[in-house]
Amino acid sequence: MEPIANSLDAVLEAVLSKRRRDPTQLLQILREVQEQVGYIPPPALTAIAAALKLPRARVEGVAGFYSFLHLQPVGKYRVLFSDNATDRLLGNLDLLGTMCQKLWVEQGKVSEDGLVSVDVTSCTGMCDQGPALLVNGRPITRLTHQRVNEICELIRSRRPLSLWPQEYFRVEDNIRRKDDLLNTVLEPGAALAAAMALGPEAWLGEVQKSSLRGRGGAGFTTGVKWEACRNAPGEERVIVCNADEGEPGTFKDRVLLTSYPDHVFEGMTLAAYATGARQGFLYLRGEYRYLLEPLEAALQRRREAGLLGQGIRGQAGFDFDIEIHLGAGAYVCGEETALIESLEGKRGTPRIRPPFPVIKGYLGRPTVVNNVETLAKTVLIALEGAERFAAVGTAQSTGTKLLSISGDCAFPGIYEYPFGVSIEQILEDCGATDVQAVQVGGASGTCLASYEFHRGIAYEDVPTAGSFMIFDTSRDLFEVARNFVHFFAHESCGFCTPCRVGTSLLQNFMDKLATGHGAKYDLADIEWINRLLKAASHCGLGLAAANPVVETLIKFRPAYERRLQSLDFAPAFDLDQSLAEARRMTGRDDADAHLSSVEAHR
Amino acid sequence: MIVSGRKLRVATTSLAGCFGCHMSFLDIDEHLLELVELVEFDRSPLTDIKHCGPCDIGIIEGGVCNAENVHVLREFRKHCKILIALGACAVTGGLPAQRNHLDVGQCLQEVYHTCIGVESLPGGQVPNDPELPLLLDKVHPIHEVVRVDYFIPGCPPSGEAIWKFLTDLIAGHTPRLSHPILRFD
Amino acid sequence: MSDTKKFLLDGKPVVFQDGQTILEAARQAGHYIPHLCWHPDFPAHGSCKLCIVKVGGRHVSSCAMPAKEGMEVESNTPEMNGERRALLQMLFVEGNHFCPSCEKSGNCQLQALAYDLEMLSAHFNHFYPNRPVDASHPDVLLDFNRCIFCELCVRASRDIDGKNIFALTDRGIHKHLVVNAESGRLADTDFAASDRAANICPVGVILHKRQGFARPIGERDYDAKPISVVAMEEVEK
Repeated sequence: MEPIANSLDAVLEAVLSKRRRDPTQLLQILREVQEQVGYIPPPALTAIAAALKLPRARVEGVAGFYSFLHLQPVGKYRVLFSDNATDRLLGNLDLLGTMCQKLWVEQGKVSEDGLVSVDVTSCTGMCDQGPALLVNGRPITRLTHQRVNEICELIRSRRPLSLWPQEYFRVEDNIRRKDDLLNTVLEPGAALAAAMALGPEAWLGEVQKSSLRGRGGAGFTTGVKWEACRNAPGEERVIVCNADEGEPGTFKDRVLLTSYPDHVFEGMTLAAYATGARQGFLYLRGEYRYLLEPLEAALQRRREAGLLGQGIRGQAGFDFDIEIHLGAGAYVCGEETALIESLEGKRGTPRIRPPFPVIKGYLGRPTVVNNVETLAKTVLIALEGAERFAAVGTAQSTGTKLLSISGDCAFPGIYEYPFGVSIEQILEDCGATDVQAVQVGGASGTCLASYEFHRGIAYEDVPTAGSFMIFDTSRDLFEVARNFVHFFAHESCGFCTPCRVGTSLLQNFMDKLATGHGAKYDLADIEWINRLLKAASHCGLGLAAANPVVETLIKFRPAYERRLQSLDFAPAFDLDQSLAEARRMTGRDDADAHLSSVEAHR
Repeated sequence: MIVSGRKLRVATTSLAGCFGCHMSFLDIDEHLLELVELVEFDRSPLTDIKHCGPCDIGIIEGGVCNAENVHVLREFRKHCKILIALGACAVTGGLPAQRNHLDVGQCLQEVYHTCIGVESLPGGQVPNDPELPLLLDKVHPIHEVVRVDYFIPGCPPSGEAIWKFLTDLIAGHTPRLSHPILRFD
Repeated sequence: MSDTKKFLLDGKPVVFQDGQTILEAARQAGHYIPHLCWHPDFPAHGSCKLCIVKVGGRHVSSCAMPAKEGMEVESNTPEMNGERRALLQMLFVEGNHFCPSCEKSGNCQLQALAYDLEMLSAHFNHFYPNRPVDASHPDVLLDFNRCIFCELCVRASRDIDGKNIFALTDRGIHKHLVVNAESGRLADTDFAASDRAANICPVGVILHKRQGFARPIGERDYDAKPISVVAMEEVEK
């Protein structure tokens, strides 16, 4: 069909020239081509490779890495149900089943008429208003059976997304408790003015004095990071804002980027001022694609106000601008070196460290990678001073922390607390009763049982990037852990042996237990795999991948033991099911055509 | 594992294997004379005993490819204090497991119906006599079906490796195979 | 002169120069640390994790970790070797490694390391993935069933041959090699049997046609001596 080929060429040409045929833009090019064509056909890969002067295999390798990029047609409507543990609590799989049934489509397959595909995806960051889904990349929240039925009708009648009820796409902030950060009204440029009055060295000193630590979870001291970048050899420095908010159950960066974008961009500019960086990137997770236009508009406003670009606030030589890069469904890109690889248009594989990004980051340049919330916090330091900032929280964890609260509670949403706040206090405030466990810090975080609820949120006690998922006593924590293990297996980049194989082995063991074929031997193997993941993984993903299982095994062991069919050993696979195909072929159903999964008396 | 006052009782069998490992077992040559001083055989191709009784050591050659293999393997596990996987097929699935990427239904179709030179049964029927064990959809190493105590890899393991392993075991040492007698081919 | 820097490897002093990794320094001093993805002609890759050692109680990849004065490194210990054996077992179950029919048997580093670490079984449950072979090229066969993702072919083709014949795609357990052609066939590339990439695979993925089993059992790389000895003899050459 000639017109389609022509239109593919036209799309490619438009995207390639907009992206300056720059190989570092590869991921953005692939994403934009897909947005227009629906998927990335093989000839498009060949053409993109030629235009960027890259080997085709490398372009194919990048396209194959990101779960939102497709090398085969995926349907005019591509529906992805968010599949976090909190979506499960709200019945997402039931809704998915309904949709598949109504649309006559099998999960993970494209309908025969090429109209629609329905599948699950990792947490989309809408846990406070789930169950949620993405349709062609756009989030729909607060799903009910009625809403799913309506969506099926819209899909069947091939109604363009732009004509769907706008109410579906409404995303709430749900800010429930404001403290220092969320209460700050920022006049754009005001924080910069304060920092520039100090000068770069004194401003950096102020950040160090505040003891601000990274809000992405690891808790590295921000001032130290900035100083290392400032002092690293090299001409060009880079500030990256990590908005790849992929940890299941966290959505506070989404709210900051929605309602406090100037705080974030001003924070990035403050970092640039301290380090001398001229180039900035916001790495926005693909799930937040819908925020791209409003964020671009915010950047444009700041450029027009002289707060970005050449000679910021009239100071000659203070040049800094920010470009937004979108991810495409890869949790591992939240790891800073994987994120940098992705920014360079590559597969999101974590690098060997050292060297650390502050020495050699984006394109080998000294690079600061900070979390969205961390950067927003620097605005507070500029406006109110380090002393005032450090007066809040605990000695080792200064300031406040945003928590994304979801799961079994009356008031899910965003809560800002001074560090040190106890789990009990939080549970009371959000209206959670009869709580069995809280998963703090997401899938890679820690699972707290009720006897630990006196503990506090702080780097020195219970650290968290912000995810706070609540499970009441009616919930099955084995299933929660199994959901997280599936998440890690899906998100493993596959670079190192222990994580690539170990997360899949772990997933198989959890599935084996779930189907009632587990044995004590399997628990021993799970613990052994955990040890290997901890000992040998290349990055934090593998390191943490067995945490959900190991912690629930210790704290909620009955959830596992009641699933053990045999205390000793059970086969690795379902023996009777393994005979099903041969039974079908022979038409047999006699006693000898079946096998019990444990030894029967014969 | 010295048992005072009597010989150790050993059973052997081949599941989805070629009996090559049993042949290699016989390759221990003159050590056979030493061995029969130490052990006596229960169920084994060497004795033609049909079912395994209580044994000290069970030796399994071959992987698990059908329902009958599962029953035999379970019988051995039930009656043998120590179970040993002997050879590549028992340890990894081996040659029979090379069919694992194929659909077993299509295999049966081809073998009994569509393959050139085959006189197919009426209606393309796949033989369905209850006497015939049904095929599993994949061939598995034995440790995926029962608990296995020891593994002797090799295709086949050399007589030397088998002898070293058994004498270690009988003498009560932890059996150990290392270069150059540890081999996967 | 007391300016020679040393660290301790399993209690034995090892001299190193600045910039050397633990593995490089150990190797130069004649101590073998197991490895698969590391190669003397390439920068560290750090993916196979067979070279893990413990430094001050913490696990690190010795191929990537710079040696430091006074480090205490544990390598040839039952604990480290036990973990390495388990990593090998993971590599064995994720692919289809059927040694008896593999032309590389006896010359394969994965197999040789399994011998050296006395791996008697794969322990875990096999994945039995379906990975078709590519026999399209006149001189070279690709059997992806045995790939361990060391990326040595990717790196050699890119950095030495300047051809970029190979790359990795997909991720996690589904990660696999692809060939630089829209057809996906090796025959549709400019790959040659004389390429460095055609002669660097540590396992049996990239095989030269018409040369199978050229060396009889007994004369293969790791028949007479284990890999820990052979690898150190290569350093002396």
